This record gives sequence, structure tokens and C-alpha cells, in this order.
Amino acid sequence: MTQSLVTEDLAAGYGSRAVLHGIDLTVPPGRITAIVGANACGKSTLLRAMSRLLPPRAGRVLLDGKEVHRMPARALARQLGLLPQAPLAPEGITVADLIGRGRHPHHGPFQRWSREDDAAVAAAMEATQTVDLAERAVDELSGGQRQRVWIAMALAQETDVLLLDEPTTFLDVAHQVEVLDLLVDLNAARGTTVVMVLHDLNLAARYAHHLVALAAGRLHSAGPPAAVLTEEMVAHVFGLSARIIRDPVAGTPLMLPIGRHRSGGAGWGS
Amino acid sequence: MSRPPITGTLTDTLAAARRQRGRRRAGQLAALAAVVLALVALTLMVGQSVTPPGDVARVLLGRDVPGAGFTIGTLRAPRALMSLLTGLSFGLAGAAFQTMLRNPLASPDIIGISFGASGAAVAGIVFFGLSGSAVAPVAIAGGLGVALGIYALAWRGGGVAGARLILIGIGMAAMMQSVISYSLLKASTWSQNEAIRWMAGSVNGATLAEAVPLALALAVCGGVLLLRARDLEALRLGDDTAAALGIRVGWLRITVLLAAVGLVAFATAAAGPIAFVAFLSGPIVSRLIGPGRSLLLPAALGGAVLVLGADWIGQFALPMRFPVGIVTGALGAPWLVYLIARSNRVGAAS
Repeated sequence: MTQSLVTEDLAAGYGSRAVLHGIDLTVPPGRITAIVGANACGKSTLLRAMSRLLPPRAGRVLLDGKEVHRMPARALARQLGLLPQAPLAPEGITVADLIGRGRHPHHGPFQRWSREDDAAVAAAMEATQTVDLAERAVDELSGGQRQRVWIAMALAQETDVLLLDEPTTFLDVAHQVEVLDLLVDLNAARGTTVVMVLHDLNLAARYAHHLVALAAGRLHSAGPPAAVLTEEMVAHVFGLSARIIRDPVAGTPLMLPIGRHRSGGAGWGS
Repeated sequence: MSRPPITGTLTDTLAAARRQRGRRRAGQLAALAAVVLALVALTLMVGQSVTPPGDVARVLLGRDVPGAGFTIGTLRAPRALMSLLTGLSFGLAGAAFQTMLRNPLASPDIIGISFGASGAAVAGIVFFGLSGSAVAPVAIAGGLGVALGIYALAWRGGGVAGARLILIGIGMAAMMQSVISYSLLKASTWSQNEAIRWMAGSVNGATLAEAVPLALALAVCGGVLLLRARDLEALRLGDDTAAALGIRVGWLRITVLLAAVGLVAFATAAAGPIAFVAFLSGPIVSRLIGPGRSLLLPAALGGAVLVLGADWIGQFALPMRFPVGIVTGALGAPWLVYLIARSNRVGAAS
């Protein structure tokens, strides 16, 4: 059973700095949502506030109608997972061991590791194709392999909702596509609700069912990529002139930026 | 959530590998515990004279053994017990700090917490005439004060940066050492033995009565730390990942900080800040048992090995007698230099 994740008039920030203002957002259950926006517009902050890493200044985050900031931490972690932007791998830890850490919220202090846990880890490894890496040390893996291992850890947590903060940063384009394909597989196979922050607008439009655009800490627009990724949105959110065409590969909107140079007179009104 | 049906084979392979890891870890812990017991036996049996195990057992059971009663009952048994308890305490607290702050340099004896406890204890004794059980609370206050001071000074924009915290801690350690030196200078009646105890740590002249509060502290604070060992392991993945795994990071930090400082303070009140045991034990056992598992219990046993071994060596294996803190200090100082040199090479940003 997938769960609904909703924010109501959510505000959040750090110290004296307010970052998010009045965010009303409904994450479609069982689908892939991508949050896009310019640098420092509050994308990661929104993800952190939604996963209770950051207490809200105002408003609420509701998971199946329950306020996440009032739920017991362990119970929430069994329903909602988060992969932060830069998780740390302890020196020398093996892939199997790291993925097993995802089982943490399913254990009490005295509980022994069970066959259930082994099955969850095995499923996570098979889904992410990390079985062959099981005994390798995480710190000797390539960037793409490492990201698959971290996703496997989040999968072993077996949550209905998975939040990912820029899961494709530091990866080359082939590995970016590989990670996004993997998330689509998971969404299709397990019905996991995926919410991710993505930098690349075109990949976001291609892989997400639902696009959320933030501008300066406020919700600019949300909806299917064809409705959200518009020239007006790119101009407002990124301050960039752009043309939107149909992606000949995927049929989704494709954004072509128009800079001051090398744009061959394709600017506004031409 | 719906997990796709999977073939049993991979699950079985993982389960077998896990059972094998569990057996290996149990074997490692048993081996460490056996070394601890062997060193306790060595301390009880071999000193200026060698006492046969039968006589040792009879004295410990409270029978009267001519010629051995005083040596074992008054000298060696309290010394062995105190070495065991302080070693367990420092080893456990050191590994807890190092794991919590994700840095081998972040040990209570490097960042001034042991010296804070020691300094407060000495100042209390010299300037306020404290003695006996009144010393421990003052030592705890000193250790906690230093810990909170370091945290407050290292705090910057919503978080504590590792390198900054350690540099501030090393400064704190120097300040607290000067407090100890000043107090020792002001007191005319100190023996050299007592001075060394508060500067470097010593189990000379330990009594069973002194060991009782430390044993209680070890049961309570050590129990708390071992209960949180698994959460501490998750904290090594980063604060955000740990929180996403359902850990209340702030609460965990406070619990671990209080329990570890309590252990260090009680151990210091009993035997002084035995140099570098907290600092050395975790890294040494992690090299022995490999990465990936909680170091708390192995590090506690490793600390006991260090204190028992170094004390026996300091008494009987060197041309003159040295207190345990001098021997562990000689072991720990080169390791400290190595770690600092390495951390500067890896990058000043970390």
C-alpha cells in the first residue's frame, strides 16, 4: 500500500535564514516526482523538511494524514527513506555490510538479525545489480557503483516512499541515466513513491511523472512535465531564455538554453 | 511494502556469510577476553616474587595464606582490579568518542576531557580539601565542563566541524594540564607518586574501596554506551543518513557524551588520566578485527589489555619502575604524531 505525502503551508530554514515559504505540495503516490529549481532555491531543504531532518517553521508534512514531525523516528524510517547528497562510507566497510545498515529501523536494541533482513538485503542487491560487489570495500568502488550501493541501502530499508537528494551528482551522463533507469525499475516493480531533487531539467522531464519547480523558496508550478517545463517557467525560475521542443527520443519536453553567444538568433520572438 | 518474490539462494548466501562473520566476531571477542584474563592472572601471580596459582586462588577466596596474603590481597589484587576497570572504561569511552565524532583524534585524552576531569579533581583536593567520594563529582563536572566548552567553541553555523573541534580540544588539554601543574605546585604535601597519578595516571597504591565507584559507573555508563552501540555505528554514515535510518541524532549525541564523560571522569578520579589508553585502544583493535562492526566492546577489552600490560611492563620489565601512564604515554605519543601528520596530508578540509 503506497502512502500519500503532502505538505501544507510548509516553511523551513536554517538559523535566522528562512529558506522555504508556504509550500503546498501533494506528492502523487506510487509515482516519480522530481524537484527542480535554481541553485539555493530550497530544493534540498524541502526534501530535508519532508523527511523530518529539519523541523518546519510553520505548516505541516503529512504522511498518510499523520504529521511526520510527530511520528516516532524509527516508525517513520520504516515508511519513509532518504538518501542524502553526500552520505559517508566508513573506511573499509563492505558493500554487503553497508546495504545491511538499511535494516536499522527494523531492529530494536536487543533484536537479532533475522532471515527477513537477509531477504531484504538480497532483494535490494538484486534490484541494484550489486550482488557481484557484495564483498568489495565501498571506498574502492567507482562513483556509479557507489551510488547503486547507496540506493541499495535505502531499498533495504523497505520504505514506501524514497526521497533522494541529487542522486546523479558527480556521475557522468551514462551513469546518470543508469541510476535514473534503476529508479524507474524500482518504481514500477515495487510501487515505491520516489521523490528526487535533480539538476538536469531534461532528465527530470524525461524520468519524472510529476515535476515540481521551486523559485526562491516558493512553489512555482507542479504537474506533469509537459505542463511544468515551459519557456515561461525556465525564464522565471532560472532567469534563462530557452526554447522547449519535443524530445525526439522520449517525447517529453526538451529545454534548449539560449545564452548570449552561439544561439544563432534563436532568441525571444525570432 | 511489496517486495518482489526472490530466489532463496542469495538470501541463503548472505545468511551464511553473516553467520560466519558472527562466529568470527565472537571468536575475536573471546580471544581478547582471554588475553585480558591472562594479564590479570599475570598481575596476580608474578611480581617481585612468583606466587603459585593455588595460593592466589586461596587468598582471593579469603583464606589466610602465610607470605602471600599481603602481597596478593593488598597489593596485587586491587592493582589488577583497578587496571582492569580503568582500562575497560577508557577503552570504551575512547571508542565511543571516536565513533561519534568520526575521527580517531577525537578521543577524550587528546581533546582535554581526561585532563579536565583530572584538573578539577586536583584543584578540588588542593584548594577545597576534598577527599574520597567527593572527588568523583568534581572530576565529572570538570570533564563535562571541558566537553561542553569544546562543543560551544567549535559550534559554527548549525554544526560542529571535526578539525576545529579537535584543535580546540588540544588547546583545552594544554590549559587543563597547566591547571594540574599549578595545583601541584601550590600543594606542599604531594608525594611524587600522587603528582604522577594526576598528570599521567597510575594504579600504584590502588585500594578495593577506590574501585567500587568506578565499577558502578562502568556498569551504568558502559551499559548505556553498549545499548547505543548500533545507533553509534549508523552515525558513521553521516548525520543525515543516521536520521533517515530513524535515529534521533541530537539525543544520541547527548546520551553518548554524558555516558562517555562519566566513564572517563570516574576512571580519572580513581587512577588519573592514564595517557592515551582511550586514544589507542579503538584504532588498535580495529586493525585486529577489521572494519564494519562496532568497536565499543572490543575497544573496552583492548583498553584493559593496554593498562594491565603496560602496568606490568612498567613495574617489572624495565630497568626501573614506571607508573602505567608513563608507559602508555610512550606508546601513544608516536601514534598521535603519525595521525596528525597523516590527517594534514589527507587534507586540511576534513
